[in-house]
Amino acid sequence: MSIALLLEQLLNGLQLGVMLFLMAAGLTLIFGVMGLINLAHGSLYMIGAFACAAVAAATGSFWIGLAASLVAAAAAGAIIEVTVIRRLYDRDHLDQVLATFALILIFSEGTRWLFGSFPLYLDIPPLLQGAVPLPGGGQYQLYRLAIIGVGVVVALGLYVLISRTRLGMRIRAGESDREMIAALGVDIRTLYTVVFALGAALAGLAGALVGALQSVQVGMGEPALILAFVVIVIGGIGSIKGALLGAILVGVVDTMGRFLLPKALALMIPAAQAGPIGAALASMLIYIVMALILAFRPSGLFATQS
Amino acid sequence: MKKIIAAGIFGLSLAASGLAYAEPVKIGVITTLSGGGAGLGVDMRDAFALAMKQSGNKDVELVVEDDAQKPEIAVQLAEKMIQSDKVDLLTGIIWSNLAMAVVPNAVAQDVIYLSPNAGPSALAGAKCNKNYFNVAYQNDNFHEAMGQYANKDYKKTFILAPNYPAGKDSLTGFKRYYKGELAGEVYTQVGQTDYAAEIAQIRDSGADSVFFFLPGGMGISFMKQYAQSGVNIPVMGPGFSFDQDILPAVGDAALGVKNSASWSKDLDNEANKQFVEAFQAEYKRLPSVYAAQSWDTANLILSALGKASVKDKDAFRAALKAADFKSVRGGFTFNTNNHPVQNIYVREVIKEGDVLTNKIVATAFEHHKDAYADQCKM
Amino acid sequence: MTNAPIMTPETIVNVSLALLLLGLPLVAQTMGEPFYITLATRIAILALAAVGLNIALGLGGLVSFGHAAFFGLGGYAAGILATHAFDGVPLFAGIPGTASMPIIWLVAVLVCGMIALPIGAISLRTAGVYFIMITLAFAQMIYYFAVSWPAYGGEDGLSIYVRNEFPGVNTAQPLSYFLICYAVLMLALGLFWLLRGSRFGASLQAARQNATRLSAVGIAPFNIRLVAFAISAMVTGLAGALFADLNKFVSPSMLSWHMSGELIVLIILGGKGRLFGPVAGAMLYVLFEFALGGITERWQFFLGLILLGVVLFARGGLLGLLAGKARHG
Repeated sequence: MSIALLLEQLLNGLQLGVMLFLMAAGLTLIFGVMGLINLAHGSLYMIGAFACAAVAAATGSFWIGLAASLVAAAAAGAIIEVTVIRRLYDRDHLDQVLATFALILIFSEGTRWLFGSFPLYLDIPPLLQGAVPLPGGGQYQLYRLAIIGVGVVVALGLYVLISRTRLGMRIRAGESDREMIAALGVDIRTLYTVVFALGAALAGLAGALVGALQSVQVGMGEPALILAFVVIVIGGIGSIKGALLGAILVGVVDTMGRFLLPKALALMIPAAQAGPIGAALASMLIYIVMALILAFRPSGLFATQS
Repeated sequence: MKKIIAAGIFGLSLAASGLAYAEPVKIGVITTLSGGGAGLGVDMRDAFALAMKQSGNKDVELVVEDDAQKPEIAVQLAEKMIQSDKVDLLTGIIWSNLAMAVVPNAVAQDVIYLSPNAGPSALAGAKCNKNYFNVAYQNDNFHEAMGQYANKDYKKTFILAPNYPAGKDSLTGFKRYYKGELAGEVYTQVGQTDYAAEIAQIRDSGADSVFFFLPGGMGISFMKQYAQSGVNIPVMGPGFSFDQDILPAVGDAALGVKNSASWSKDLDNEANKQFVEAFQAEYKRLPSVYAAQSWDTANLILSALGKASVKDKDAFRAALKAADFKSVRGGFTFNTNNHPVQNIYVREVIKEGDVLTNKIVATAFEHHKDAYADQCKM
Repeated sequence: MTNAPIMTPETIVNVSLALLLLGLPLVAQTMGEPFYITLATRIAILALAAVGLNIALGLGGLVSFGHAAFFGLGGYAAGILATHAFDGVPLFAGIPGTASMPIIWLVAVLVCGMIALPIGAISLRTAGVYFIMITLAFAQMIYYFAVSWPAYGGEDGLSIYVRNEFPGVNTAQPLSYFLICYAVLMLALGLFWLLRGSRFGASLQAARQNATRLSAVGIAPFNIRLVAFAISAMVTGLAGALFADLNKFVSPSMLSWHMSGELIVLIILGGKGRLFGPVAGAMLYVLFEFALGGITERWQFFLGLILLGVVLFARGGLLGLLAGKARHG
């Protein structure tokens, strides 16, 4: 095993982490501001991917597709916020879980209704094809590097948005005291719709970016949703910083686990068994990490709320 | 795009029963019509319905329901179709784990089940049954063919499959015939979507070829990422990841890849020409191997119905076993364990105009039998 | 807190639901439609699983998003013991498998209890959304383990070739098996009723409403909750064993997060914390699933719309509609 391979795997973990961050940021923002558990966040991710694939196929441009994914996911987010989600803010988590579970069913079958049963085609844009050299003689795919870049930009953008702008001030105020901000005359309904649409757009962006790497198909949002929940719980719900660090932790642990566990086991037991057992352990690994973290820090690493 | 939408909208029309003058026959079709795996079930259902319609047989009634790719729902539908709809035959299941849930109990109730796709090894060997007919393949077959074919060009293959029974059967099947060295053997997570870590290992392993079995969306993800990564070690796999349902989503990344299957669009026989033409005319898309197997299943049933009454189980089973129908795969007979004896071909992904499809480049096995028939005491 | 007097509207609804569930298969039997008996059995078993969850969720306010783990473990207990009995291969250390339902149930319940204790002990350190997610994490661990563990079929699952035996009953007959499941369901409902009325139940509900006050009077909320979580897991595990015998099959999909979600859905559909909520919920859900599945292949779309409608416009679930607001909680 060379240093170059190890470095490449670390970058792979980082890139997976960044993808998770884009999902998790919206999820944690929505929870932090509105106190809502949104299981349908994965559906917004799926909508982003389908919108990007459909528009890219029609126009021939990935970039127009990418813009379409942001618009489609934000619009879908705003629509469900106004029609459904708005009624759930003062319900308990249980009602929120059921309602957004129902939304998953509706979105999944609705998408299949519109786009048919077969997966769609979406490839990375020509501009980002190819690879860049790594120190140590390896190379790394440009598109994945670009994804890491997008993650950094989004993280910085969110930081500036929340700490420096009027909207951010309201979001922070909303997180700490919901009644007070309404009493101060801020249009809380619009604020909530905007925050929800912003979170949805981030999920749609993640879906479009991943859609070029993966299969654009119905149900693609569910594994991503579960991982995003793991991320925000590890990071501390409501904390953007927590989501970022949690995402990178999960991405790196998952990638390195898949890579190293079978090899490590092969040193102890016959290789024929080490492969499957190592893979089984690797698939459980992030959940084990999550349980360990919560056992010692019950509110995650960077809890914002008591 | 348009093609896909048309297919989705068309979906619902089915051949229904006509006059009940002769002896009405009810066939239960349990298949996956919702969720991520629906494409396979839709192809299966469409080809089956079309074969029945073309036969002009007015006595056959189809009961089609969606299993949502969940074993519990499949079991419940089978119970309903057997007890409530009183179907004479069952068919339609795409996935091995659903077949394992439904088949043992259905055949124990003396209902005949015909598999249009899955072929788990348990049902081919010790747990075979006179009421279970596999019209598709035994799960190992395509992988065995690829192992056999790999001997020709390759000495050091990197192999990978998901960490579940079908994945292990796949790599076992490949290794059964492959004589070269393994550059690596990796089991991936079920439903995994990112393969960067595995691709990096492949690049690092010094392999001269890669064999993978990653059905459905997993295969699409792997192929796209593999092509994007710039690793240019040749790839091969069973036909599932290079079939007509998936190729449009993989795109040019699949061009030139060798894959194994019992059927291809360009197989030169009269039945196949009719099938491909009829399917394209009706559904405005090319058929997949699932459609081909399903078409054969329907025609096998029709051939048996012409010879024996479905109510006379012994006679009907004998009529099925004779396999006296024109298979789109050319020669098709049943082995002692009611599994196919058939050729397995190596195909190459090519482009016809704008459309990605396959053409046959070699025959890996002639009259191939599965490895479990000896364990079947029937 | 005392239990309600004899003939409140809720009691009438409860008795009607119990009689309805009992009557359906009897009518189906006389009409020669055995499938509806199977459907009723499915309702009874899912209701039993949800009664288990309702102990944690309804009484204790512990929203477990991982109860599929116990449902599946119970199922695997039945599947594994039956397989060893069928093949005549000892389980380990010479202990044979068994096809006797009472023994299987005992094993399922004990296994679930033993696994629920450590899971609960770690999970109960958290609260709110963290609790929801950590229970999900544990269930996912067990799910992935089951998918990739080859000994008992992995993702392909495990078939039970002959339904297990119950002394003096022919379990292969649909109606007999339904009656067994129905009896177990009624016993579990009795347990829920007793628990709710007991001092233990009162402390559990007090812990949900005000944990600090409970600690102040010298009762540790943690211990109460842990015991409730374990009992809840054991009842759901028992349901899993029955479900495996109904389908004659067990697979990792019993352990999936969808299953956990469905159990929660059953409770909310019926009415959270209500004695017969899970029964009402299971009846509605299975009937929706069955009826819609027969009408259209887009059935999940319409199921989603109905569930959404229930959450938004029928607060308190079916029992809330039929019997008015809950009198406690």
